[in-house]
Amino acid sequence: MVSLKHRALSLVFSFAVTTFVFSCQTNPYHDGEALYKTQCANCHMDSGEGLSALIPTLAKADYLMKHRDQLPCILWHGLSDTIAVNGKIYAEQMPANPALTEVDIANILNYVNTAWGNNNPLYSLEEVKRMLERCPK
Amino acid sequence: MKNFCFWVLLSVFFGACQPDTQRLPFLGERDVVNGDTIYPSVPDFSFIDQDSQAVNNATFAGKAYVVDFFFIHCPTICPKVKANGLRIYEKFKNDDRFLMLSHSIDTRNDTVGALRRHAQKLGIDSKKWHLVTGDHDQIYGIADDYFSVATENPDAPGGFDHSGRLILVDKNRHVRSFCNGTDAQDVDRFMKDIEVLLSEK
Repeated sequence: MVSLKHRALSLVFSFAVTTFVFSCQTNPYHDGEALYKTQCANCHMDSGEGLSALIPTLAKADYLMKHRDQLPCILWHGLSDTIAVNGKIYAEQMPANPALTEVDIANILNYVNTAWGNNNPLYSLEEVKRMLERCPK
Repeated sequence: MKNFCFWVLLSVFFGACQPDTQRLPFLGERDVVNGDTIYPSVPDFSFIDQDSQAVNNATFAGKAYVVDFFFIHCPTICPKVKANGLRIYEKFKNDDRFLMLSHSIDTRNDTVGALRRHAQKLGIDSKKWHLVTGDHDQIYGIADDYFSVATENPDAPGGFDHSGRLILVDKNRHVRSFCNGTDAQDVDRFMKDIEVLLSEK
C-alpha cells in the first residue's frame, strides 16, 4: 500500500521531469528564432506572414518544401527571380545576407521549418554546407 | 432649504465632473502674434502620385491625413511601417474625411511606374493612399515640417536614413499626432488618435 506522501512525491517528481523535458522541446531553435528576428523579420514579419504581394509568407508556404535544396543559397545570396508561393506570384528582389554563417543558416531554416504551423524536415549542418557549395553563381 | 442646497450641490458636482471632449494637441513650436496663438502649418507642396496625378495641398483640403517617408527597396523598417499603414488603410479607407500620403525619398529609382507597381502589390486604392515622388529637395525639405527625418546616407542599408514615423495632419494643415510606425502597439494608439481627430468639430 503506497502511502499518500509517497504518491504525492512521485507526482511532483513526474511533473518536474515532464516540465523539464517539454521545456527543452517546445522551442528548441532559440538561436534560429533570435537570428530570424534580427535578419528576416523586418520583411517577413515576426509572424512569418510577409507583406501583401510584395513579400511572400513563410507560414505554411509550399515554396519551402518545393525548393528545399535551394533555401540555404537563397538565404545567403538573396533571390532575384519571379516565384510562386501558395499560388501567388512574387517578383521582388530578396537581398543577400552575406554575414550569415553556415550554422546561422541552418538554425534559421530549422526555426522557419517548424514555426507558424510549418512541419518540414530539418536540415543538418552537413546538408546546409553541401547545398551552399552548389549555389548558382 | 437643506434639501434644496443638497440638490444644487449635487448637480454642480456632477456638472463639474463631465470630462472635456477629447482633443488632440497641436504639435510644434507655436508663435503668439497679437495675442493669437499660431501653430506651425504644413507648407505648400506639389508632388506626383502613382497614377501620374498631381498631389498638392488641395488634394488634402478639408481632410485629415497620415504621412510617412519611405523608399521601395528599403530593407529595414519600411515593410513593417507599410504593414501597419495597411491596418490604418483598411480601417479608414471608407471614411471620406481621411487620406494617406507616402513620400518616396528615392527620387532616382522610385519612378511613377515603380510606385504604381508597388501600390498594386500592396493592394491599395490610389485615391485613398497616394505614393508620391517629386522634386528631391522639396521632398527632403518637407520631411522637417512633418517632424520626420530623411537623409541620403551611402552607409545606411539601402542608402537612405529615415524615420519610421507616421504623422497625423488635420484638415487645417496642423500636425496633431505621430507614432512609431514599426511598433504595432504605438500604431494602435495612433489609430485611436485618428478617430479622435475625425470626430473633432
